[in-house]
Amino acid sequence: MAEALDLKAIGTRPVRPDGIDKVTGRAAFGADLHLPNMLHGMVLRSPHAHARIKRVDLTRARAAEGVLAAVSGADFPGGAGAGDLAKNVIARDKVLYHGHAVAAVAAKTLLQAEAALDLIEVDYEVLDPVMSLDEAMADGATLVNESQHTNGDTSKPASNIAATQRFERGDLEAGFAEADIVVETEHRVPMAHQGYIEPHACTATANEDGKATVWCCTQGHFDVRSLTAQVLGEKVGNIKVIPSEIGGGFGGKTTIYLEPLAVRMSQMTGRPVKMTMSREDVFRATGPTSGTWCRAKIGAKKDGTFTAASAWLAYEAGAFPGAPIGPGCMSVLAPYEVPNLVIEGNDVLVNKPKVCAYRAPGAPQSMHAMESAIDELARQLDMDPIDLRLKNSAAEGTVAPYGPRFPAIGLRECLEAAKVHPNYTAPVPEGAGRGVAVGFWFNIGMQSSAEVRIAEDGAVTVMEGSPDIGGSRASMALMAAETLGVPYEQVKAHVGDTESTGFCNVTGGSRTTFATGMAVVQACEDIIAQCKQRAALTWDLDEEQVDWVDGEAVPKPGVNADVKPLSLADIARGAGRTGGPLLGRASLNAQGAGASFSCNFTDTIVDTETGKVDVLSFTAVQDAGRAIHPSYVEGQMQGGAVQGIGWALNEEYIYDDNGVMENAGFLDYRVPVASDMPMIDTEIIEVPNPFHPYGVRGVGETPIVAPLAAVSNAVRDQLGFRIPDLPLSPPRVLEAIDEQGGGD
Amino acid sequence: MGAYAYQAPASVEEALSTLAAEAAAGNRAQMLAGGTDVMVQMRSIDKGPRTFVDVKHVAEANELHIGDDEVFIGAGIASAVLNENDELKSILPGLIESADLIGSTQIQGRATIGGNLCNSSPAGDTIPALIACGAVCVIASPGGNREVPTEDFVTGVGTNVLEPTEFLIGLKIPRPKGRSSDAYLRFIPRTEMDIAVCGAGVALTLDDSGVCTAAKVAIGAVAITALVVPDAAAALVGTTVDDEALSAAADASSALAKPITDKRGTVEYRRKVVGVLTKRAGAIARDRALAL
Amino acid sequence: MSKQHVSTTINGDGIEFLCEPHQSLLEVLRDELGLTGTKEGCATGDCGACSVMIDGRLVCSCLMLGVEAEGVQVTTIEGIAGADGLHVIQQKYLEHAALQCGICTPGFIVATKALLEKNPDPDETTIRYWLAGNLCRCTGYDKIVRAVQDAAQSLAYEA
Repeated sequence: MAEALDLKAIGTRPVRPDGIDKVTGRAAFGADLHLPNMLHGMVLRSPHAHARIKRVDLTRARAAEGVLAAVSGADFPGGAGAGDLAKNVIARDKVLYHGHAVAAVAAKTLLQAEAALDLIEVDYEVLDPVMSLDEAMADGATLVNESQHTNGDTSKPASNIAATQRFERGDLEAGFAEADIVVETEHRVPMAHQGYIEPHACTATANEDGKATVWCCTQGHFDVRSLTAQVLGEKVGNIKVIPSEIGGGFGGKTTIYLEPLAVRMSQMTGRPVKMTMSREDVFRATGPTSGTWCRAKIGAKKDGTFTAASAWLAYEAGAFPGAPIGPGCMSVLAPYEVPNLVIEGNDVLVNKPKVCAYRAPGAPQSMHAMESAIDELARQLDMDPIDLRLKNSAAEGTVAPYGPRFPAIGLRECLEAAKVHPNYTAPVPEGAGRGVAVGFWFNIGMQSSAEVRIAEDGAVTVMEGSPDIGGSRASMALMAAETLGVPYEQVKAHVGDTESTGFCNVTGGSRTTFATGMAVVQACEDIIAQCKQRAALTWDLDEEQVDWVDGEAVPKPGVNADVKPLSLADIARGAGRTGGPLLGRASLNAQGAGASFSCNFTDTIVDTETGKVDVLSFTAVQDAGRAIHPSYVEGQMQGGAVQGIGWALNEEYIYDDNGVMENAGFLDYRVPVASDMPMIDTEIIEVPNPFHPYGVRGVGETPIVAPLAAVSNAVRDQLGFRIPDLPLSPPRVLEAIDEQGGGD
Repeated sequence: MGAYAYQAPASVEEALSTLAAEAAAGNRAQMLAGGTDVMVQMRSIDKGPRTFVDVKHVAEANELHIGDDEVFIGAGIASAVLNENDELKSILPGLIESADLIGSTQIQGRATIGGNLCNSSPAGDTIPALIACGAVCVIASPGGNREVPTEDFVTGVGTNVLEPTEFLIGLKIPRPKGRSSDAYLRFIPRTEMDIAVCGAGVALTLDDSGVCTAAKVAIGAVAITALVVPDAAAALVGTTVDDEALSAAADASSALAKPITDKRGTVEYRRKVVGVLTKRAGAIARDRALAL
Repeated sequence: MSKQHVSTTINGDGIEFLCEPHQSLLEVLRDELGLTGTKEGCATGDCGACSVMIDGRLVCSCLMLGVEAEGVQVTTIEGIAGADGLHVIQQKYLEHAALQCGICTPGFIVATKALLEKNPDPDETTIRYWLAGNLCRCTGYDKIVRAVQDAAQSLAYEA
């Protein structure tokens, strides 16, 4: 078991391998590539939220000075499977949101490309946009897609409800009847964006032999390869994708937008084509997360025991199906033992950009609802909110609402640690409020590959395919160093392109340190097996007689051999005589991603004359299974907390009546700035995941889940009444205070 | 279609002749101070070609003069420079804090009070503060300099009294005498980086017994231009600027405000909070004056 | 459109370039001079990824015309480390894990240098307000603030 191991590298905090490049400006991100003869591509975007495209005429644009290519939807017949993805990359018959790509041009200079956009003629038949869940779900609603039927059931009329999901257990009505207290709340949270600082960017170069290379910032270059191939109707093997450094993604860089356009225009011109999004494009036309409407209901006995709970979720999908209702439903009650429950989710089309993953997609919104209801329940029961959660906490053996039985999990440990944390035992500051909430993410495994190569002096190169979005190369190097028994400094970890390393799924679902890490560990074990075999050969022993201890091959205890241990360097130096270079490999489809639970609490204070909420302190306690590089685990917890706080307080997509986003920039889409935030205190809990060699659980997503409710509950604590909707922006808070007759 | 160009005249005279020449040639000329608004607008709502005429090299627009009776702040001087001037900060704390509130440290390194005024946004932070402290705009004109009180300078959203052949050299502010001080507060959702949802500037003078003998109150982002609030000033004069007087001033500001609902706030919110800010800024100005 | 000739100094090197009169300094640095360490996050002065120093003063290079660089001293991220290695600020950002994706890091490091040159002993609030124009979406700012505090202490110790 992992905890029995005497760890040397894991748990230390070395400087990351890519660190120096990133503090000196040398690291090359998506927009940093300049190729000779390069053209600049730009996209013409829809000025309407919903319209039929009657005609697109590129003639004048193609004739403009410096323009070498112009494309529209007709230039992308696409593979059969491309469907919605292809239509999102470039519109065909309809534009479905303001900012939807309609055409693109490539020209010798950016200014020429920009000028040419004005020469593209598009005739639209403007349709009514569907901008809210209420509108979309109402009887007789305007349809975003006239051929969309709920769950594909064509026996029913077309609907904006693309899909539904339902989890059920026990007898809900009986459960509520059994309760002494039942609380019901209803919450709306508008669409929000990941807000990564680096806009999407790519450069494509297509060769005369039909092969194309795409350089881009992505969370998954193997997915960019397959998705781009689908949209272009190309073979996967014709496309090579080189991942640049990536300037943040949080789920938002798990799909494609510009890549097929750049490849197609490079194919048409024989020249490299670079395309970058403006910040405005990023807000209008990439994939934010769903705006939501959630109802939560929970019943308990007087002693706090939950008897029943239900959740009803409606999530905006944007223009195409795919809202994260699955994870929203999975998460909402996952932290608790609830004997009777019903959870329902609705995936609803609206004329907004197609949503993409955003850090624990779907969980923050549904859990904001349920954790708010549980907070109210604690108040009515006059119980400490941590005690109420402890009383009902899921633990090893609990059957999750979505089916499986939890193996070892760390929720109880998180709650217990929070309860005795000095920030929690300290009194609430004068006039302020305190809020508690629990967070959860199930985490995923999926496919990863890794190779480990040993140079002649024993230097270790780890080659893997998970784009490093927050320091994962350091984690890979630490796990390799630990497994091989060599110093961290001897190991370098690299992220290879689609042709220099084996397939890896996206960096997402908090899978990288878990799954790719497992592949790295297995590839190192492959190296160790080879080293033992080489040493046996050198010593004329059987392989079974050789052990690997602290980075050296040694004869097993009791084996009678008068030999000096052989280090990795010794074996590598002599590898030519023992069978050739040392190359370890592993590929896997990782099973057993351990769920990560958290407990967050925060003290906030509302200026009751202006409605402004200040966060005085914030404490995040989370189960990491095993923290490979504790600084980067803390970093995930702190970064996720601040994103969650931003979402709770100010972040929202604001639309006008025509479906045009009014705040498509960092000026008015208000992510937290340094002066808005206190230090974010962290406590890492380590309940090892039994399915990872070192006990790793994914940690990246859970941190954003609890802050929404923690902040809401803190504001509730001070004001004495709940403001159910987010964000808790000053106008909303002041209006609520006024309605209640003037605050405290 | 014209072309973009850039000129950096060294004197008022040279700048005026550049403006005149561009006008005669039918070109659009735009004065460039810190550029922090101009550069953003050029890429979004105002893309046309023009000749930039950089005020930062005009000698007179770089003057900062603190006299016995008057302070002169050149239109080309960055906010960060003003904020580093301790004497200026002690004389006109409200005005300097209004300039200091605009944008980030980076913005402060470029942005100017003159630029903020000439941009003429309803939400310009320095405008209520300038009005409150009685600032006068010194405008270079082909016929010689002319002076316009700041409250008469801005004529609408993004428009002002400047002719195409004129530009702002700087601002003349009467040096506060005796127990006089000022304060400016704005409301933003975050702690930094936002545009004012509403703002209030208060300048006042107290006598030896702490009774207010003169006051001026101006509010921003609650109408198409910053508004002078005579009733708020009247509510303060003759009082010790106590809670009751401040509350009356707050009500006067709220009553005069004619805000809109937009992505930054609602009518109700702005009307209410501009009163809160008037009250709070008034208290700060009072305390500052009492400390003199 | 005619390009304009500009003579400037970048990281101590005399540099001449041609640019369009309305090109930003950021575009000039990245597209004309190949200095891609300075990043574009918004091009509206709201994120600080393009921070550089002009004559020692912190500015957004996206909000300054390239032609305005005439005769000034420009310091970019490429000019922070010396021949003798990383600057203490860079070292502290690494030690404190004050970066995750790293796109905002060049801007933060330039801004930190400008801060510590002006104020060698800033408190937490001063640091947070000084850096409010630099957005970081990964770290939640905690480790950045600690790196700056530690860098200030190290510089004070060296001095």
